[in-house]
Amino acid sequence: MKSFFFFSFLFLGGVAFAQNQEIASADIYTIHSKHFNTDSIQNDGHPIILSFWATWCKPCIKELNNIAEVYEEWREETKVKLVAISIDDSRNLQKLAPMLESLDWPYEVYSDQNSDFRRAMNVNTVPHTFLIDQNRNVVWQHQGYTEGAEDILYEQLLNLIDQ
Amino acid sequence: MRYLLILFTPLFVFAQSEGSLHGNVQIDAQYYAKDTAIGAVVPKEKLASNSFVNLIYNKGVFTGGLRYEAYLPALQGFDQRYSGNQIAYRFAQVKLEDLTFKLGNFYEQFGSGILLRTYEERGLGYDNAFDGASIAYRPNKSIQIKGLIGKQRKYFVKSVGTVRGLDIEYDLTQSLDSLLGAQQLRLGASFVSKYQVDNNSTYNLPENVGSYALRADLSGKKYRLFSEFAYKMNDPSANNEFIFKSGNALITQFSYFQKGLGFSLDFKRVDNMSFRSEREAVLADVLINYSPSFTRQHTYNLLATLYPYATQLNGEIGGQAELNYKFKKNTALGGKYGTTVLLNFSTYYDIERRALNDLTTSRQGYESSFFNVGEHYFSDFNIQITKKLSKKVKGLLTYANLHYNKDVLEGKSGYGIVKSHIGVIEATYKIKPKHAIRTELQGLFTEQDQGDWATLLVEYTIAPHWFFALMDQYNYGNKDVDKRQHYYVGSFGYSKDTYRFLLSYGRQRAGIFCVGGVCRNVPAANGLTLTFMSNF
Repeated sequence: MKSFFFFSFLFLGGVAFAQNQEIASADIYTIHSKHFNTDSIQNDGHPIILSFWATWCKPCIKELNNIAEVYEEWREETKVKLVAISIDDSRNLQKLAPMLESLDWPYEVYSDQNSDFRRAMNVNTVPHTFLIDQNRNVVWQHQGYTEGAEDILYEQLLNLIDQ
Repeated sequence: MRYLLILFTPLFVFAQSEGSLHGNVQIDAQYYAKDTAIGAVVPKEKLASNSFVNLIYNKGVFTGGLRYEAYLPALQGFDQRYSGNQIAYRFAQVKLEDLTFKLGNFYEQFGSGILLRTYEERGLGYDNAFDGASIAYRPNKSIQIKGLIGKQRKYFVKSVGTVRGLDIEYDLTQSLDSLLGAQQLRLGASFVSKYQVDNNSTYNLPENVGSYALRADLSGKKYRLFSEFAYKMNDPSANNEFIFKSGNALITQFSYFQKGLGFSLDFKRVDNMSFRSEREAVLADVLINYSPSFTRQHTYNLLATLYPYATQLNGEIGGQAELNYKFKKNTALGGKYGTTVLLNFSTYYDIERRALNDLTTSRQGYESSFFNVGEHYFSDFNIQITKKLSKKVKGLLTYANLHYNKDVLEGKSGYGIVKSHIGVIEATYKIKPKHAIRTELQGLFTEQDQGDWATLLVEYTIAPHWFFALMDQYNYGNKDVDKRQHYYVGSFGYSKDTYRFLLSYGRQRAGIFCVGGVCRNVPAANGLTLTFMSNF
């Protein structure tokens, strides 16, 4: 029981005080295996969608495929940029670039092969999508993907632009 | 407990004024019911749960965090040494422009991980985090130096041995600009040693075991070539039956990609490379290194959990080839929306082992020629075709042919190599903008082991909140008529913004659940499962 209270204390304490999560600073790689620091993720003061995915995660690929179809439209309306972070480790890393060619996504893609960025952003499972405002703060996030959920993300994006 | 409050109270206070505090929570709980037909055993405590809370506080260059874990008791299939509750992970980190240092728990990877990698894979109950100190220094864009010292996590205690590591990486791209052109070249070297006192009465064991790895990473616009070689001094352990042979591993990978086409080739040879911070450790305990399993990471349940390959640190030789091709839109094979084809093949053998006489070779165990192979372990040929048929319908076809050495990979006897054919048809139909239905029909056909299986899955989703699914796995081809059981599961989920509930009820088939070639056995179970996840 004691542990239950402690657990609740941590959880509720965290919820009560949680605020202003920003894009965390972590050292990751480009898909050409160059060092890249996440502080360099930027979009000239426009919103960013940060999407954690993996080559073996079907809902992730579904989500990013579906967004790719409407991405041009989203960009015209909101100037948003989507940055996809692959959490594939060295098992699947070599498949990332070849797979991206057949997926043909219009996104910036980075590799977080030992999940340093994932942990810093408190991502449990993929897909996990963040909407980031002009000041690099997380304004909305969502775990998992169901067909059509990209419309909700777009609504959130429009809300952000309107503010 | 007291020191934690002292440590974290200021964080909560600070968090109100400046900086940021955020975290996540995950609770997996299962209530077990008796089901003799599938061999599900009810544990003494009928309700088991694994719970986690992560908190991260960040202010400027400082980041601190902790993870509280509670296993009351651990879910079946997880190592029961996860028992009770504690703050299993806490760290403080300072990140300056060219220098990062961490105290407390941390994860690290050198190169591909073949010499050193610590990571957490919660679904497997795998966590070999260091507890100690690490430093990373990057004086300029070309050089990176990392150093670390620590003891590894072993469930709720620490490993007996200590690990020390150094990794240097040099990017030659700028200095060899004229030679390389648009290409990039990075070289890296790692040195890792472990210390554990020798209190063995039979053998005179090395207390310090040194190892190194060298790697090169060359990439251009359309290709990447990566290779890493690792060597380990003699390291007698429970894993290699206390032989005094040195170990080594080689990974070589090549990939090529251009618009619409990509392929990759992997080669791996591992010889006596189980590297742990405790020489008595077995299973997945306190591994210092990680040997990636270069095979297709399947997701369909019959393909993923009946006959998966587990990486063999004591010795394996093999490789993988994969081809991705996209038939363009408005062509005969591409149709209106294009068609994607993925072809994959992997095969693994034991390394050759010629036994040596221990009395004349000072316990060298065996000798082995580099390219000669021993017993066949595993092969997987598979093809997947993805096609969007219309605005509303998407289809996926998969075929796989598996050869699985059940005796070696599961440590059993009398099964030999189980050969199976697997076919999967998946279709998604978007009924209206936020409503979709997805079905999977899977069949696994084999004359051996448990015989034929079929799976039917129907999933209905209402974006973005609701999820309903029904699944039945049926072992209709089992030679033992009593084992021709249905494993039905019904589940529903609700998710909103940052939280997610999943409730499921039914039978869980005994299987092998793997991530990255590391596997855990999940026993058969019947009951109710609840998952809750949230970010804040």
